[in-house]
Amino acid sequence: MDLATILQVLDSTIRLSTPLLLACLAGLFSERAGVFDIGLEGKMLFAAFFSAAVAAFTGNAWLGLVAGIGASLALSAIHGLASITFRGNQLISGVALNFLASGLTVLIAQTWFKQGGKTPTLEDGARFGEITLPFAETLSGVPVIGPIYAELISGHAILVYVALACVPLTWWVLYRTRFGLRLRAVGEAPDAVDTAGVSVVRLRFTAVAICGILCGIAGAYLATSLQPFFSKEMTAGRGFIALAALIFAKWRPWYALMTCLLFGLLQAVALRFQNIDLGAFTVPVQVMDALPYILTVVILAGFVGKAIPPRAGGEPYVKER
Amino acid sequence: MTDTPAIELKGISKAFGPVQANKDISIRVMPGTIHGIIGENGAGKSTLMSILYGFYKADDGEIWIHGRKTEIPDSQAAISAGIGMVFQHFKLVQNFSVLENVILGAEDGGLLQPSLSKARGVLKHLAEEYELQVDPEALIEELSVGHQQRVEILKALYREADILILDEPTGVLTPAEADHLFRILEGLREQGKTIILITHKLREIMEITDTVSVMRRGQMTATVKTAETNPEQLAELMVGRKVLLQVDKVPATPGKPILEIENLRHVDDQGVERLKGISLDIRAGEIVGIAGVSGNGQTELLQVLGGYCHATGDIRVNGTPIDLTGKESDGRSRRARGIAHVPEDRHHEGLILPYTAWENTVFGYHRDAQSGSGFLMDNAAIKAEAAAKMERFDVRPPNPNLAAKNFSGGNQQKIVLAREIEQNPDVLLIGQPTRGVDIGAIEFIHQQIVALRDAGKAILLVSVELDEIFSLSDRIAVMFDGQIMGERLPSETDQTELGLLMAGMTNGQEKAHG
Repeated sequence: MDLATILQVLDSTIRLSTPLLLACLAGLFSERAGVFDIGLEGKMLFAAFFSAAVAAFTGNAWLGLVAGIGASLALSAIHGLASITFRGNQLISGVALNFLASGLTVLIAQTWFKQGGKTPTLEDGARFGEITLPFAETLSGVPVIGPIYAELISGHAILVYVALACVPLTWWVLYRTRFGLRLRAVGEAPDAVDTAGVSVVRLRFTAVAICGILCGIAGAYLATSLQPFFSKEMTAGRGFIALAALIFAKWRPWYALMTCLLFGLLQAVALRFQNIDLGAFTVPVQVMDALPYILTVVILAGFVGKAIPPRAGGEPYVKER
Repeated sequence: MTDTPAIELKGISKAFGPVQANKDISIRVMPGTIHGIIGENGAGKSTLMSILYGFYKADDGEIWIHGRKTEIPDSQAAISAGIGMVFQHFKLVQNFSVLENVILGAEDGGLLQPSLSKARGVLKHLAEEYELQVDPEALIEELSVGHQQRVEILKALYREADILILDEPTGVLTPAEADHLFRILEGLREQGKTIILITHKLREIMEITDTVSVMRRGQMTATVKTAETNPEQLAELMVGRKVLLQVDKVPATPGKPILEIENLRHVDDQGVERLKGISLDIRAGEIVGIAGVSGNGQTELLQVLGGYCHATGDIRVNGTPIDLTGKESDGRSRRARGIAHVPEDRHHEGLILPYTAWENTVFGYHRDAQSGSGFLMDNAAIKAEAAAKMERFDVRPPNPNLAAKNFSGGNQQKIVLAREIEQNPDVLLIGQPTRGVDIGAIEFIHQQIVALRDAGKAILLVSVELDEIFSLSDRIAVMFDGQIMGERLPSETDQTELGLLMAGMTNGQEKAHG
């Protein structure tokens, strides 16, 4: 395998990791605040469709992004109402939203565009193009470092860099700010937050809203950058892989980056090589696709340290003496 | 000292549906005093304090703080008014440090670092002033219960509370920790803080309070100076009739040994040896009390005997050995061998809280013929029998269809007792029989235990309440660090001697810690 092939695989790793990372951080905010969100998938799908649709109508990728975030936030609001205000079951609410997004996107796409549940392919201005970082051209001649910088680091859509920047930002918010302290507290012991005179409901809604925004960006990236159109079920289980990554990362931002890159690499390898021939036997592509889930089960079983979810996760907060 | 009360409640009423939790309650708490509020479980003490801390809104009535009428719609308002509360179940974030817990909700700005530095300084100062030493960087989950409680007090003081409410603070503490807490409270009083102490333990009221208010069934029945009252009077005010604090019983006439324990050893999951060779005989018609500071192996002893912990050694019932490690080592097999068990933790081990009372009356005996034959349960028969048991054990309300969680602590315990005693066991293991149980029910439970003894059964009693050990036991064994330090007859010993044994000292010599 030569450097060019390796770089191609790594490059595609970064692209494929981006939606996972955004969704994973989205889930991190929500679950750290004690609201389990199995509806990451649905939110991303919803955002993907609306961003592609609006971008197709207006020819502006940024308006598409805003529409995607808005659509995802709308689903977040429903999830918040169901699970925070009305203290419903968070898993059921999430599953319901996934079904809703899956059906509604295809229905609206067919009504609006009549292309079998797809949007038209987006023109150049309507999608996020690749950004060439400074000196990429000049440095590309330099052996090893040049191609790495030009191919791997430079030449991604702006949303890729946004996603990467979200990692240190999330860490900083979580561990260095008042909001982060309260957010972590409300996922562990909402009664402690409540008796300290802080509103549990407001905190959890804020967390769910941040989750919506990040899912919105993830969805917009899928349909306006990774691919230049929306197609039926295009999230393809990424929301669930992100949830798996979140558990694998033990609900921590830097670990989330590592895990999402690892899961992205598995996807990139599966895409690039299909069935991997090891001489004696062939590893079918499905094994690579299943690996994220297998790894998650392994960590849940406690083989690689312990993954302890936020203690109050999944439980609606009811005031008690 | 001024004449303006630190807190004055006027005509507070609060109803939950048809239940009147607080009825026209008025109370004046003077500044710089420790004011006790005593009452049975369900008397409305906690509801009243929750109203004061903004957890519930009163239906009627006024709250005056330092002479000013104050609205307390939420906890934030209570904190602003200078009220701090230490709940019975701590409100702490387990995987946060002490510092983080202290500043939570009282941060100075958007960034944490300045708040943390400031809190570090304040805590150091508070630690020196009030004997409230806690490592500020330690995680809560690493701290003992006593230290966690200190964090709760520190939280209130950090918010500059000058009125501190403590709800049943000693329920979870060892005697030594409780003594330390009382010293802290005395220190706070010297500094002019006002303290409200909610408890159902008469001894604590007599020991530390200046004034005491008694609540009964949602009403305030009396407020008296502690110096001018006595435990008997307070008890009578609490339950509305005279209660026997001393258990009425004839001397025991022990027969042959029923339960024989020999060299019992148990190692827990962490590899720590919790039982280090326990040997003990309990004879027919005898109550043996195990005294000790909690955490010295009493829990494990009960669990091994009850069949849900493995161990090595020998246990014989009526002369036949029982299986300590194999297939016959579980709760049901033990019950089949005549060992009934009233566990220490009735919420987790004694009952299944969401299940109905009648279902709870057959657990552990559910495969016996009386519960039905073969595959099917005879629910009608179980229910009828449950109703009869509840009648005999004075469970209130006597409704077998009610979920176990809807009964008060005392009545829950009566359900467990009814289940175990009505099976006519040879041996009764009973842990903390009256923990969180009100005085009326304590009396009843004690009578049932003595009655079982008089019927010639062997009873092993584990309790952290020395008073209970003294009044019930015919023989007292003291446990320390997984060993039995000695056996005494209640008539030939006193609290001081037992206290020394509980601390691991024999003949004035401290035993090496394990």
